[in-house]
Amino acid sequence: MIPYPALFLQRFLVIMALSVDDVQRAAHLARIEITAAEAIDVQNKLEGIFRMIERMRAVDTTGIVPMSHAQDVSLSLREDRATESDQRTLYQRNAPAVEDGLYLVPKVIE
Amino acid sequence: MITSSVAELSRALNARRLSSVELTGALLDRIDAANRRLNAFLTVDREGALAQARTADARIAAGTSSALTGIPLAHKDVIMTEGLRTTCGSRMLENFVAPYSAYVAERLAHAGMVLVGKTNMDEFAMGSSNENSYFGPVRNPWNTTCVAGGSSGGSAAAVAARLVPAATGTDTGGSIRQPAALSGISGLKPTYGVCSRYGLVAFASSLDTPGALGQTAEDCALLLNAMAGHDVRDSTSLDRPKEDYTRLLSANAGAKPLAGVRIGLPREYFGAGTESDIANAIEAAIAGFRSLGATTVELSLPNVEYSLPVYYVISPAEASSNLARFDGVRYGHRAAKYDDLMDMYKKTRAEGFGAEVKRRILVGTYVLSHGYYDAYYLKAQQVRRLIADDFQRAYRSCDVIVGPTSPTTAFCLGDNTDDPVKMYLNDIFTIASNLTGTPAISIPCGFDGKGLPIGLQIQGNAFAEAQVLNVAHRYQQMTDWHRRIPAEFAP
Repeated sequence: MIPYPALFLQRFLVIMALSVDDVQRAAHLARIEITAAEAIDVQNKLEGIFRMIERMRAVDTTGIVPMSHAQDVSLSLREDRATESDQRTLYQRNAPAVEDGLYLVPKVIE
Repeated sequence: MITSSVAELSRALNARRLSSVELTGALLDRIDAANRRLNAFLTVDREGALAQARTADARIAAGTSSALTGIPLAHKDVIMTEGLRTTCGSRMLENFVAPYSAYVAERLAHAGMVLVGKTNMDEFAMGSSNENSYFGPVRNPWNTTCVAGGSSGGSAAAVAARLVPAATGTDTGGSIRQPAALSGISGLKPTYGVCSRYGLVAFASSLDTPGALGQTAEDCALLLNAMAGHDVRDSTSLDRPKEDYTRLLSANAGAKPLAGVRIGLPREYFGAGTESDIANAIEAAIAGFRSLGATTVELSLPNVEYSLPVYYVISPAEASSNLARFDGVRYGHRAAKYDDLMDMYKKTRAEGFGAEVKRRILVGTYVLSHGYYDAYYLKAQQVRRLIADDFQRAYRSCDVIVGPTSPTTAFCLGDNTDDPVKMYLNDIFTIASNLTGTPAISIPCGFDGKGLPIGLQIQGNAFAEAQVLNVAHRYQQMTDWHRRIPAEFAP
């Protein structure tokens, strides 16, 4: 109980400011291209969102088990038996570029 | 007649006072006349609908029909419908034709409902005003300079303008209930897991809930009867005994149909920040519930104020994962020019997604990234538990919880688009039901000084749909807010 708030406060101060670099880094991770001007606009808007989020971080959650699901259910299991049929032709109707049943993308291996 | 509720139309169709072909044709004409103004529909399938209507009429004639057979329906465009365009309100899926149908779509088709088209929505279900659609905003039938609410804005507007008697929606943070409130109709979000998410394009997998919009709670119950069910293709779909969600509605309960029902009134729902017309209408509705025999109990949900920040950590995090699939490879938009694979991904996603979707993906990516996961995502899941515990404690002393659905009535187009947080505040009363996975309905309970609808929310504990619907239904038997039609769309 005692060391937790101190550590927390440190983290709080470190994370508080969202920089344009942070935005660019997140954009790269999310594979979304953003221009320098867009990054600044996104940073402004995101700052407001994170200010709202900070309020939540002040709540004391010592010993609270995270809730990731509405009901206490465990993943259902089934027999290890193939039940689906090959519908590649159907699903590839929406593909931008296919050849011989394969999706075409720019070359990745030199 | 054609603007009647599902229940009324069902009686008329089964008594052969009206055919499904006549009804469907008449509503298709209404859609044609209204859609340029409202922009509620993104796809209308006239030929398909009339063919389904003919099949429905044959079933009715053969005596093999059910309560929903022959009744026209629209699906929110986040729900896959085989052979029909499913855009999610996004450029990313502008020309995407669904290769299969969602479970809820299959179930409603099996019940004989006639699918007339797909409705407009905030892009990938992210929004509270339907101003985030690539295909333009939806306008509120009560005042077309105002928003219809979101993200199921198209479905709400379509029902409000009586273009269809019922529509489906999805509710992740309030996206059925809030547009229902702003558009003056009824909108039900069931318990998470009661309706399968198979075939829903995923936004936030632990929160997304398919549901129904209609003129009445009874109509929502009729649709839920068809939509609910266990589906092995959704690993979060619950396997429970079949329920008739209308079972409490037809009971003759005398003068005090809500005798014994305890209505919880959280003090956090009745503070400043809600427009006074709304506060007054809710007070009047509460008096109405008391006159029906219910008692009220004041209570507190001390952590409910954190619903908004918890939601805006969890839902963008889940969205950033779910929307990673849109990369221009297997389906959807692909950039025309790019240097290499990485460039293709980045340009495709920059072009395909709108500003709000991109913002939320970036928030989600950030909160899940190395060094921040514990401080944000894990923290949010812990506070989520505290909120859920508050509600569990509350339900020990009450059966349902009542309050406003939204702090405001329909605002003007453009009013809240500058400040994302201002827009997010619209969901302040609805979000907790998604975090806890519990059912809630919004029903109309009046109008403000500008003639805009006011919505009342009734929340229940998990699997309490029948009771939530009953409380709503008894109020609708005593009032007529739900019968009002915007002047411009009156038949």
